[in-house]
Amino acid sequence: MHLSPSIGVWVAVFLTLCVFSFLYKDNPFYKFAEHLVVGVSIGYGMVLWYTQGILPKFVTPFFKEGKYIYIIPAILGTMIAMQLVRKYAWLARFPMAFLLGAGSGIGLPRTMQAGVIKQLEATMVPMGFSHLQYVWNIVIFVGVLSVLIYFFFSKEHKGVFGGIANIGIWYLMIGFGATFGYTVMARLSLFIGRMLFIIQTALGVQVAG
Amino acid sequence: MFLKRQLPLLITLICGIVWGVQYFIPHPASDAVYSFYTDWALVIGLFAAILGFISIIRLHSMKIKYHAKNWQFSVVTLAAMPVMIVAALLTGTESGGAFMWLYNYVEVPIEATMFSLLAFYIASAAYRAFRARSAQATALLVAAAIVMLGRVPVGAQISFWTHLFPGTSIPQVASWILNVPNMAAKRAINLGVGLGMMMVSLKIILGIERTYLGGQD
Amino acid sequence: MKFWEKLLSIDRRIIYLVIAITVILPLFVPTGWPINVTYEVKNIYDYVENLGPDGVVLLSADYDASTLAELQPMFDTSLRHCFSRDVKVMVMSLYPQGVGLAEMSLKRIAKEYNKVNGVDYCFLGYRPGASIIIMGMGSNIRIPFPSDYYGTPLKDIPMMKGINNFSDIDLVISFSGTGIVASWLYYAHEPYNQDIAWGVTAVMASDYYPFLQSHQIVGLIGGMKGAAEYETLISKPGLATSGMDAQSWAHIMIIIFIIIGNIGYLAMRKK
Repeated sequence: MHLSPSIGVWVAVFLTLCVFSFLYKDNPFYKFAEHLVVGVSIGYGMVLWYTQGILPKFVTPFFKEGKYIYIIPAILGTMIAMQLVRKYAWLARFPMAFLLGAGSGIGLPRTMQAGVIKQLEATMVPMGFSHLQYVWNIVIFVGVLSVLIYFFFSKEHKGVFGGIANIGIWYLMIGFGATFGYTVMARLSLFIGRMLFIIQTALGVQVAG
Repeated sequence: MFLKRQLPLLITLICGIVWGVQYFIPHPASDAVYSFYTDWALVIGLFAAILGFISIIRLHSMKIKYHAKNWQFSVVTLAAMPVMIVAALLTGTESGGAFMWLYNYVEVPIEATMFSLLAFYIASAAYRAFRARSAQATALLVAAAIVMLGRVPVGAQISFWTHLFPGTSIPQVASWILNVPNMAAKRAINLGVGLGMMMVSLKIILGIERTYLGGQD
Repeated sequence: MKFWEKLLSIDRRIIYLVIAITVILPLFVPTGWPINVTYEVKNIYDYVENLGPDGVVLLSADYDASTLAELQPMFDTSLRHCFSRDVKVMVMSLYPQGVGLAEMSLKRIAKEYNKVNGVDYCFLGYRPGASIIIMGMGSNIRIPFPSDYYGTPLKDIPMMKGINNFSDIDLVISFSGTGIVASWLYYAHEPYNQDIAWGVTAVMASDYYPFLQSHQIVGLIGGMKGAAEYETLISKPGLATSGMDAQSWAHIMIIIFIIIGNIGYLAMRKK
């Protein structure tokens, strides 16, 4: 065991334990850590907002390169911020209209292409019994169709329609089961990560890997 | 009335049509229109962020002013913000300075640990709440168990039957579950989501969806 | 009956303690089970492996500290792989926190491989706007990124000469715990045929198999296990590999919890 000489590491360990103390019960140490992280992250965000945003995209072009046109989007952005003052909140509608209108226009054909057409194309694949993958393609096709039918609520799920929708439910359960299994893995990984930090970095115990 | 209600809707309609049609026009002028939006939208967003910063400062200031519950901790929040700004001014934003030290040893561990608490909650939920109340719920739990075992090294270790039945080890079955039935279900969900997103975009452009306009007038 | 009632209503803090011990013990007493590699991760490995000094890869660290344990190891491993192949690397982030995490890794790993900023890699930094940034990069990288993280204009960076937009980038790998990965699909892959790959948290991984099957993404690294697979492929075991034994035992314990819970539920229901 070789304890870390870094003060920062032990500050991090202390704050980690403050948060873990919540597992026993809520307490002032946890509340302190919770409020501290909010303040630090906002301060961090403010600094990066300026150094990575305002400085290269407004200050430098406007004041050093003479691109005075940028005053217009600056004013539009400030109009959005005017929502803070009730009397002038309506000014935000114009830049929001521009952003949402253009954003929706840009997103519409791209969502259709990538999210719908390409996905439908990928479902129309060779099917049959001559090759194992073709058999699985049948399973995939049946699955996509039955789940889509399940989500069609404009028609009552009765008879043949209801039967196909029921098959869709089985596919959904297997899909959600897979998601749940992966979710368990994700959550445990986060805890493993913290333990590795305390054991390897702070306590200096080398674990396998 | 026109200024506050119809004009924004008209702007949305015109912008939606222009930038929607832009995708189908392979001309430098069309690219210029696209670049114009990406350039301006970035700057608009930057200045709009002021709203967020002022809101959070106002929230915590009110808590302190009116001595709301746990107002003392709001002092911590408000004090931390200028500390970060001063640290950046004094030592810059590169790693090795005070700013990144605070980020690395204060923000990162607290945030990482907060989310790691979820591991305990999911363990507690697994014990108390995950019940196979029906055949379909059982299918969910079985699929979850196979994926949980198949996606970690132990799955291959306990698949002792693969000598008799090749291709049926737990990792291989987990892979099949993910690539076939799970993929089919998620594709159908994604198709629904994609169609839904398209509908929302159309509703915004056509002025049917107006919640972004805010208030009554 | 009373036994099952007592067992199922046990204090949750005992459950927390059991799971904590299950995770911590294997870290000290590892079993060293081998890690099997899946095709989802191998695809990304093969792609980068086939690149050389002319190759350009963009790594986008679109995550924050809440998903550090899963995404940082895969980011680090991708960076190591690219540097080992002498591929030119651009690093950026669409999240403010990602830039801090990425910068620390980049400096540390660049030093390991004697890589020089501006020549072998370029750290673009962060710009707010998420999908707007991706859109801008499609036209010209210099629209959202006129300068790098350190303020050097891109036109003055030797590595960036000749890299103007997605047509000059071989592969984009986005690491994220949110749906921002889909923005790379809509605004980089679809309009510009940019090859993309995703490194995502395990929570999201199962949702993205449709995009793998449709070949819209090159590959998918899912969670800490995915990171461990990539570490295995480049023969540099790291944090992710270290955690795999603990992960295995914790999964076994969760399944035991579910089984006990269901046996108790059935026993009490029969009564």
